[in-house]
Amino acid sequence: MSGGARSDAVWSEQGTTPDAIEAALRKLLHDIHAENGDYVPARVLNMIAFVDREWSGEIANRLRGVGRYHASRTVVLAYEPGRERLDARVMIASDDEPKPGELALLHETVVVELGDRHLDDLLTIADPLVVTDLPTLLWSPHGHHDIVTELLALSQAVLVDSVDEPSSRDALDRACTLSGQAYVVDLAWLRTTPWRERVAASFDPPPRRAELAEISGVTVRHHPESTAAAMLLAGWLSSRLGWRPEPLKADGDALVGTAEAHERDVKLRLEAAPELQVRGLEDVTLETSTGRSLLLGRGPGGLHARSRDAQGREREWTIAGASRGEQGVLGEGIRQALLRDPTYVPALTAARAMLTPA
Amino acid sequence: MAVSAGRPTSEPVPENPLVAGLERIPVAPTSLVIFGATGDLARRKLLPALYNLAHEGALPGRFHLIGVSRKEKEHEDYREECEQAIRRFSRRTPDDAVLESLLENVCYVPGTFDDPSVYSELGKMLDKCEKQAGEPLNRAFYLSTAPTFFPVIVEQLGKSKLAHHEHGEVRLIIEKPFGTTLEEARELNREVLATFDETQVFRIDHYLGKETVQNMMAFRFANGMFEPLWNRNYIDSVQITAAEDLGIGSRADYYDSAGALRDLIQNHMLQLLCHVAMEPPVSFTAEEVRNEKVKVLQSIPEPTAAEIPDMSLRAQYSAGHAGGDDVPGYLEEEGVPEGSVTETYAALRLEVDNWRWAGVPFYLRTGKRLARKITEIAVTLKPVPHLAFSQDGSLGVQPNQLVLTLQPNEGVSLSLGAKIPGTRMIIRPVQMEFQYGTAFLSQSPEAYERLITDAMRGDATLFTRNDEVEAQWRICDPIVKAWEPADGQSLVSVASYVAGSQGPKEADDLLREGDRWRAI
Repeated sequence: MSGGARSDAVWSEQGTTPDAIEAALRKLLHDIHAENGDYVPARVLNMIAFVDREWSGEIANRLRGVGRYHASRTVVLAYEPGRERLDARVMIASDDEPKPGELALLHETVVVELGDRHLDDLLTIADPLVVTDLPTLLWSPHGHHDIVTELLALSQAVLVDSVDEPSSRDALDRACTLSGQAYVVDLAWLRTTPWRERVAASFDPPPRRAELAEISGVTVRHHPESTAAAMLLAGWLSSRLGWRPEPLKADGDALVGTAEAHERDVKLRLEAAPELQVRGLEDVTLETSTGRSLLLGRGPGGLHARSRDAQGREREWTIAGASRGEQGVLGEGIRQALLRDPTYVPALTAARAMLTPA
Repeated sequence: MAVSAGRPTSEPVPENPLVAGLERIPVAPTSLVIFGATGDLARRKLLPALYNLAHEGALPGRFHLIGVSRKEKEHEDYREECEQAIRRFSRRTPDDAVLESLLENVCYVPGTFDDPSVYSELGKMLDKCEKQAGEPLNRAFYLSTAPTFFPVIVEQLGKSKLAHHEHGEVRLIIEKPFGTTLEEARELNREVLATFDETQVFRIDHYLGKETVQNMMAFRFANGMFEPLWNRNYIDSVQITAAEDLGIGSRADYYDSAGALRDLIQNHMLQLLCHVAMEPPVSFTAEEVRNEKVKVLQSIPEPTAAEIPDMSLRAQYSAGHAGGDDVPGYLEEEGVPEGSVTETYAALRLEVDNWRWAGVPFYLRTGKRLARKITEIAVTLKPVPHLAFSQDGSLGVQPNQLVLTLQPNEGVSLSLGAKIPGTRMIIRPVQMEFQYGTAFLSQSPEAYERLITDAMRGDATLFTRNDEVEAQWRICDPIVKAWEPADGQSLVSVASYVAGSQGPKEADDLLREGDRWRAI
């Protein structure tokens, strides 16, 4: 157990049972603690990931990259059609060796391989494996909506990525349905966080706040598969500023339309940016009826900002900030399971209003 | 478009509806000026903190950093120094692009702090930043210099009309120590407040920026189970310890002129005491929280000359062992003047004379080269009135003790009596522990990251107010005077303790009968 970062507490069994897995977890923790009391189990959050076994390696890689945002106990339910036997592996690991006088945190990962015959009793498999009294985050990156519905009974929060769904309508409808049952952490929403923070900051100096009522146009350029993220950003502006968006119409690679504001209509344009290699947004432009405009775009070392005042004078600068990358976004999603953002559902509702009626 | 960066106006300011739900509250566009820009604090703490804020996207959208220091150098040279300091001391490996974008807006003004031309140049630089931004920027002046320069810089800022800004806020951030005696603190307050309004002044006590200190308020005021017990009826004593295993290192110059009382007790440890003893504030605004802390400090009687030998102790470490090595005594440390009587250990017994705490001793101790590094607050409850198990050999049952550990393992533990497994009813203490590190996914930001952000935002909750500083000095000043009388003939001797030990045995004399120091 000693020497270097530990990752060697492993147990596995074929044809096992949830009780045996849970007993193995307890014994491994007991043994590690008895050997070195400076190793203590993290007790923050459970995460249940329901994945296709075929892709479970990819999911494991994604979870490995979240760094300190690891759930305390991750239960991966790896589904394989046709499988009859329940197999399991338990791994307990710490990223660090304890420094003198300090503690090192242990994270537990349980991988349960299961098949169709286990799906009817999935709750009885997962329930004994989560730490009692900790909040549980549910993630099903490969779809399986029916399974999600069943496992919601064990979960307080559900992780979704609205840009994963085949269409924005499906994504937003799905997020809306789930929001009625649990707290939804939407990675598409989290990709908009830096943009929301900077837009909010741009209008935060008191004399600038009045200009929020003068916004007359919003253009959001996004990764071609991230329309849902762009809609959420426009939905956020609409819900926070009291706009009533109308369904958007296709205009080439863009969706265009208006939102009814207090004094004027606001033109909305959500435009695909094929050059963008990563999911999320490329740039956001806000224009006011007084002739001002502000563009925030991706750039090296942070967001690139370009403003134009009513006299047409332009300025450019960089707002420092590091890109979180997709793994950072996932880590942030796990962390957000412990928080509550009251602005997501109103933004989601406004975004759905932009959908063309089916 | 000429707008203010954040100055309050008489007209009501509309809310910014976009801020709701965001974890990061916007910070107004700001130019931050660091006086003492090439010093140790700037290199080790301030610049890395600024980088980390930049990395997280937490700096204002428009941010300029201007370094002011005596050494002659070009902007580019100073940028290089900043880069080196950040690469060496940042808690995370810098992202080259982020670092470059931060350094793009760094510039430097050389000169001595009493030279008016420095401030004229600084004013031009600040104007240039605003012109470049096309909008007014708030200004924050961070005094990271030796304390002797504080009044000089403040006076020059006033004379050069930099203490106020027509279109933005101007803030003054002052590092500790805020005076070395009560009189000095009062004089410094007078000088600062002759130029700045108190609402503009942010006196740093970096302990207040520590997440665990802030957590103490959450612990006390968000948990109903403790408040009914949090008074003289149930609490027997409170013990606050800030122990270090290290010696003074290369800080002999500073440390020998300060000593343990000024270095830690007058500021940090009295702040911890305030957090333990304060009444619940009406709200968690800066004024309400600080009002309650001042009330606590005002409830602590100023020690009289006759009381001081019984309620205070000073000591110096002698040669001993630390971390398996031989280590020198304080007087053998490099740079320490021969025959110095500066204390490396100080302990006090204080009383908080108010309705809640009358009769409960508050023990404070701090020292260098003690057995290990720990900062903790131990609240000992009164023993139970009747021990039914005593006939079974449970006489060793200890009163419950609640220990809030600030470092190294931030957390809370509660000692409880529990039955030892077996046929007899024998009780022994067990620990119920909670470790912050096991319960949150987030990493606590460095204290300076939080404090710099708060100062730029104008939130003074975690900063020390003028009356608070003076109230702290009112308690410590008589002790300083007794330890360092003008005639040099102190009646309070300097005890000695072996480096790496639990401290001087004379510390036991401060304790009320039946009380014991906790093991360090």
